Amino acid sequence: MITHLLSAADLDRSTATLVLDTATEMATVAGREVKKLPTLRGRTVVNLFYEDSTRTRTSFEVAAKRLSADVINFSAKGSSVSKGESLKDTALTLQAMGADAVVIRHSASGAPHRLARWVDGSVVNAGDGTHEHPTQALLDAYTMRSRLGTLEGLRVAIVGDVLHSRVARSNVLLLATLGAKVTLVSPPTLLPVGVGAWPCAVSYDLDAVLGDVDVVMMLRVQRERMNDSYFPSAREYARRYGLDVARAARLPEHAIVMHPGPMNRGMEIAPEVADSARATIVEQVANGVSVRMAVLYLLLGGKS
Amino acid sequence: MSSFVLTGARILGAAKTDIVITDGVVAEVAPGASAPGATRIDADGLVALPGLVDLHTHLREPGREDAETVESGSRAAALGGYTAVCAMANTDPVADTAGVVEQVYRLGRDAGLAHVQPIGAVTVGLAGERLAELGAMADSAAAVRIFSDDGHCVSDPRLMRRALEYVKAFDGVIAQHAEEPRLTAGAQMHEGEWSARLGLTGWPAVAEEAIIARDVLLAEHVGARLHICHVSTAGSVEILRWAKARGIRVTAEVTPHHLLLTDALAESYDPVFKVNPPLRTDADVAALRAALADGVVDVVATDHAPHTVEDKECEWPYARPGMLGLQTALPVVLHTMLDPALLDGGGEPGPARLDWDGVAERMSRRPARIAGLAGHGRDPAPGVPANLTLVDPAARVTVDGGEIASRSRNTPYAGRTLPGRVVATFLAGAPTVLDGKAQR
Repeated sequence: MITHLLSAADLDRSTATLVLDTATEMATVAGREVKKLPTLRGRTVVNLFYEDSTRTRTSFEVAAKRLSADVINFSAKGSSVSKGESLKDTALTLQAMGADAVVIRHSASGAPHRLARWVDGSVVNAGDGTHEHPTQALLDAYTMRSRLGTLEGLRVAIVGDVLHSRVARSNVLLLATLGAKVTLVSPPTLLPVGVGAWPCAVSYDLDAVLGDVDVVMMLRVQRERMNDSYFPSAREYARRYGLDVARAARLPEHAIVMHPGPMNRGMEIAPEVADSARATIVEQVANGVSVRMAVLYLLLGGKS
Repeated sequence: MSSFVLTGARILGAAKTDIVITDGVVAEVAPGASAPGATRIDADGLVALPGLVDLHTHLREPGREDAETVESGSRAAALGGYTAVCAMANTDPVADTAGVVEQVYRLGRDAGLAHVQPIGAVTVGLAGERLAELGAMADSAAAVRIFSDDGHCVSDPRLMRRALEYVKAFDGVIAQHAEEPRLTAGAQMHEGEWSARLGLTGWPAVAEEAIIARDVLLAEHVGARLHICHVSTAGSVEILRWAKARGIRVTAEVTPHHLLLTDALAESYDPVFKVNPPLRTDADVAALRAALADGVVDVVATDHAPHTVEDKECEWPYARPGMLGLQTALPVVLHTMLDPALLDGGGEPGPARLDWDGVAERMSRRPARIAGLAGHGRDPAPGVPANLTLVDPAARVTVDGGEIASRSRNTPYAGRTLPGRVVATFLAGAPTVLDGKAQR
């Protein structure tokens, strides 16, 4: 197993599969009356969140607690961080407190990589800027596998603001590792220059892709993009790249619809589609806990 | 003043000879030459170069004396073989008045480790809105001839045109930091495969190339001199090649780091590799080396940019851009540009390579001419001011951040072994460096 989880590229095929298989076992815990394993008793997991993200932080917190770890939520607001303490000083503080793992969410791409140089414990990237969000990719892969049986050869369309999406970056890397075929669908302005080197296909035309996919994953469009010339208007974006009812009707019958949340209903996804049986959005949240349990277990469980 | 005789030196790599320095001037160059009471310096096999001249140095004083001072930066310069450095204007306060440029000039003179030639700001406060008093800076004791808003681009085309025209009155030159700011908002690194992968906002090559294209046309239109700072892309080289073929009076510099390092180094997210313009691709590095060899890019300039530990030991997007350069420039140029056969004495340069004369041209003579520094950039010969440096071409030095004379430690070369070691530097006949150690 690896020391840190900074990028989905840190996982080779066998390690990624081990995480998903472990998550399957962890999911059985959620069905028990006592939802707790003693595995990480005496271990300390710090949630270091520089960005507000109640859902991701809570998911990691629940995951760590179900493994009996002590959890410290070190949020940037109301702590020394908001008084201008550097990431390095915060890292040394957490180190001195004996953190076995630090789960970090940060608005700066690469912040987890910097942190990993300054702490001895494991660092888990819970989303860094516009870079990566590897546990989201793992829970997405887990969701696809549990719904559709396999990832090998699966045709996945990831639709929306790829340029600024850490979810897209991690998913492309992980899904390629696991044998799925990814197509990114986006207006050209929201694809990074250099995307040609990624292990995936690219399309500007959602309608051309939809009839031929097993999974369609809609990305959130951030409000601040809407007035920055990436596209003419929210309305035009929704018309060209939104998953509305008519488009959803043209998906193959077995195809699932995913969204990492939070959604802009009516923008990238119609409410009827988000609430339909093929949508996995609530499942993704539940699977997030199992996958994060698996990650923490595999990163920390092997150490004495 | 005292006399020195440098024995066994090889001027520009030529046969060994002895160089006599008396009263600040090279008195004689001949085997066996000497002067009564002269101090003998064993220069056996060392290559003598005219003292290096840097067109682009950030000395940080006044304002950020925690990162560098005129004195500490001059010491780093001397140790790097430099006898003259041009101090960029982006200090605090900005060097946009006669008062500030004279202050920097006097600090340099008092330190006595290198000639410090201030560069004046083009616009008041580097704000890009109205011209600074360029004439007052030119007429000051600092006799400013190079004007630059470096760190910022003079992006307003009308203001740039006026600046180019205005400085013709005193043979000035505008040194442009070519970066179209509307194309680099929030930019963190070169826009390409690595920025896509690392999720860092890209700094596209076109943001540099568009400004260079515009400015060479403006310089042609108004018949002015233009200098382009830190050229970093293959496309910029092509535009410069075209402009020079057309007879436009444009000169250009490349930094040592753009001759050696690439954007792949950002993978570590270590901000020691964050610089503006950013590190580019292998193809850009190859094009810049070829352009420096064939003269389309005229000179090497360090863009020595000291930053404190706290400004670099942080998240990449929050770090200040820039890297140290004065003490490593010559070794990097020798490593990337000098024919390897010449490092150990003898041999002919291969393709796209420089010989010692080519190194002297690009690191001393040509920058001295661009900056208008009459006493610098002259090969050691009788009657020439004794600004020179002695380099051991056989030495290999591993860069150690702790041994750097700058107040800052942000060298991107730590741990790298590079060829060549500056053994001695003479400024106006006085040694600023002997046996690799600063003399004051």
